[in-house]
Amino acid sequence: MSEKIYLYPVWTRLWHWTNAILCLLLIITGVSMQYSDPAYPMIRFDWAVSIHDITGIMLAISYTGFILGNVLTPNGRHYIFRKGILKNLFVQARYYAFGIFKRESPPFPITEASKFNPLQKFSYIIIMHVIIPLVVISGIALFFPELIVFDVFGNKALHITDIIHVIMGFIISLFLVVHIYFCTIGCTPTSNFKGMLNGYHEKH
Amino acid sequence: MKTRLIHHILCVTAVVFIATIPPAQAQDQEGLKVVDPEIIEQNKDCLKCHGQSTYEYYNEGVERNVKDRMNPYFIIDSIEYYGANHKLFVCIDCHSYEYGEFPHDRQLRMEPSFGCLDCHGGDEEYAQYKFEEIDEDFHKSVHSSKHSEDFSCSMCHNPHTYKISARTSEKMEEFILYDNQICLSCHADVSKYQLLSTNNCPNLLDAHSWLPNQVLHFKNVRCIECHTEINNDILVSHNVRPKEEAVKLCVECHSKNSRLLASLYKYQFTDERSAMGFSNEAMLEEAYVIGANRNYYLNVLSIGLFGLVLIALLIHAVLRIIFNYKRYE
Repeated sequence: MSEKIYLYPVWTRLWHWTNAILCLLLIITGVSMQYSDPAYPMIRFDWAVSIHDITGIMLAISYTGFILGNVLTPNGRHYIFRKGILKNLFVQARYYAFGIFKRESPPFPITEASKFNPLQKFSYIIIMHVIIPLVVISGIALFFPELIVFDVFGNKALHITDIIHVIMGFIISLFLVVHIYFCTIGCTPTSNFKGMLNGYHEKH
Repeated sequence: MKTRLIHHILCVTAVVFIATIPPAQAQDQEGLKVVDPEIIEQNKDCLKCHGQSTYEYYNEGVERNVKDRMNPYFIIDSIEYYGANHKLFVCIDCHSYEYGEFPHDRQLRMEPSFGCLDCHGGDEEYAQYKFEEIDEDFHKSVHSSKHSEDFSCSMCHNPHTYKISARTSEKMEEFILYDNQICLSCHADVSKYQLLSTNNCPNLLDAHSWLPNQVLHFKNVRCIECHTEINNDILVSHNVRPKEEAVKLCVECHSKNSRLLASLYKYQFTDERSAMGFSNEAMLEEAYVIGANRNYYLNVLSIGLFGLVLIALLIHAVLRIIFNYKRYE
């Protein structure tokens, strides 16, 4: 019987799944708009715009909730880089590339004090503190184009904003795929998914 | 000594440069002919009254000068007129010379107005603008079919003020505004609208309430982009379709083969893809149309990256399965 530790409080789980559903809807509708074609319609353009707008606003609210949750609870400590992060990243990457196949023990076991391994921590911090803010800010700017500083960038302002928005959206979609795959690396392939439902992490 | 030499070289260069500047041309900024002072002189008598909101005349009945208000529909803004396409004409080129007398003969009000084809039809000088084909296109439109001969060219193209804009405006937003104002001069003005129709003039904001980002669309595209049928033979389609046939499918513009290239961007359209890889480069100078301005290189890069990540994850997953299987063997 594997050991279980309570890692994910209710608010974290609620936020996580809300965020996941919103990101998924935003990616699908975003791709549908970006590659819109009358011959191969994915989602009707006006529906895609409306869904994207509503879910985008919800993501901005959800992100505010995440920041508040991290400020008001100890969860925020998991989203701060510690000394030696580069070395630890290399050790964790080496484990995923080779060690995992040799049945080596994970170099950074999950504990209540440290619920993310260095690669997880690095990717979550970049996604949550750089990519999501950029996608939200550029999304708000596209939602209210009059806010974009046309004086500086001229007619290209909308264009530059959209390119930033699309690139950030692409990075989030890549993250989503990698994140889902790495969640299958657990005590069992489904244990991490269950953990995000019941709050308990199952140790190897 | 050296400083003096440099000074001499700079002076000689400046003199040569100034000498090579061509003399000012008798053309305005748009490269069109400027108005001949003779024309201004000839029109002076008409514009003395019709160029102002009031006019003054000697009333023989009361034996004194009387000042009266000019009918607003007969006021010609001289600045606007001399900036318009027909600025090289004197008033009596198109109106009876009998208007030279005051008070004007009442019968003159029945004088038929010229249509575009009366002058431009069969004219070699204007053949490139294809007036006959424009006329043919117009006669297919609801403007013609619903209103017969009452709807003339001048309903939209006021001969006293109309000027070509799409080919000459430096900023696209200027000619979009100018062209849309032509439509709005009827569709947002009940009195003019009801000259031709007994229906209530529909509220355009309500009629377009389905359109996302309404203001952005109104500022960046002309009404005719969605309300006319594309005609590749003429520069501006005149075949205005019934409202039921208006474009409502967003992807007709928001896609790689955007219909805007055959209408709004007809003048600017150069290459399919820019050096930076953006589709429909012509649009990028003025706007950004989601779906129509996707970037080829970013597309290739993103699909390539996504593919590589998927392959890497797949290999990792397969290796995990193989090594796990070996462990149980």
